[in-house]
Amino acid sequence: MELSQIAHILEARFLACERLKSEEITKAGASDLLSDVLAADAENALLLTGIQTIQMVKTCNIAGIGAVILIRGKVPDHDVIELAEEEGLPLLSTGLSMFIACGRLYQQGIQGLKHAR
Amino acid sequence: MASLSRTFRIQKRDFTNAGNASISVKKLLKSLNLSACVIRKVSICGYEGEMNVVMHAATDGILAFELTEKKIFLTVSDEGPGIEDIETAMQKGYSTASDEFREMGFGAGMGLHNIRENADSLHIDSTLGAGTVIRMEFNPGG
Ligand SMILES: Nc1ncnc2c1ncn2[C@@H]1O[C@H](COP(=O)(O)OP(=O)(O)OP(=O)(O)O)[C@@H](O)[C@H]1O
Ligand SMILES: [Mg+2]
Repeated sequence: MELSQIAHILEARFLACERLKSEEITKAGASDLLSDVLAADAENALLLTGIQTIQMVKTCNIAGIGAVILIRGKVPDHDVIELAEEEGLPLLSTGLSMFIACGRLYQQGIQGLKHAR
Repeated sequence: MASLSRTFRIQKRDFTNAGNASISVKKLLKSLNLSACVIRKVSICGYEGEMNVVMHAATDGILAFELTEKKIFLTVSDEGPGIEDIETAMQKGYSTASDEFREMGFGAGMGLHNIRENADSLHIDSTLGAGTVIRMEFNPGG
């Protein structure tokens, strides 16, 4: 599914890298623990998280995350958005809760990591 | 082929620059056209080691990278406080990270476990009061 479609489903807006909105996303994971992100095979996956620090962006770089959705309307500091833009990491913000955001994506056919359903 | 090496300084408690050494290593590996799998393994290990120095060490540390024809060597070292019981520290979920670090997203107690999963060879030397040295090796072909 295209990232722009995911943004639509989650009523999310782009904070960084909107230019990559036609990127394909097939799987997603949710975590607030950065080492869990590195423990999973999250290459090209969508990450739903409440962590909005600069370390989140760097962890995504190392893990090869495809795009990030910040939940509950979180908007990080400008330097975090700037780093995401620089590193080519699409960053979006949704007003939905983690539960509802995950539920909507699951319902629309997005798979878990390792393509679990 | 001559070997290629780089060393990076890691500053304790410096969360602004934390991770930059490993991101530089990742960029270097990409520019050398190594396989995605090797790049992933090396950069995860570097990053977990680097973050541990930033969070847990009482001194600054060093991340050293060396690529030879046969192997990639990655070493992360600091000068204290050391790890009391390495086997316990390696367990999934074991963490002494403070609430401050947990709020930043660290403290899952997964870092050393991730290193063990991704390094082709791993040696940890740690002495209380003297520091920790984590030596990792990778096969550049796999
Ligand atoms: N360089 C170090 N110096 C001193 N203690 C360390 C060092 N590295 C790890 N430790 C100890 O080992 C524990 C486990 O480390 P590990 O990297 O597995 O988890 P963590 O850093 O606590 O959390 P995470 O890596 O998941 O964010 C740490 O909580 C800390 O007590
Ligand atoms: Mg750690």
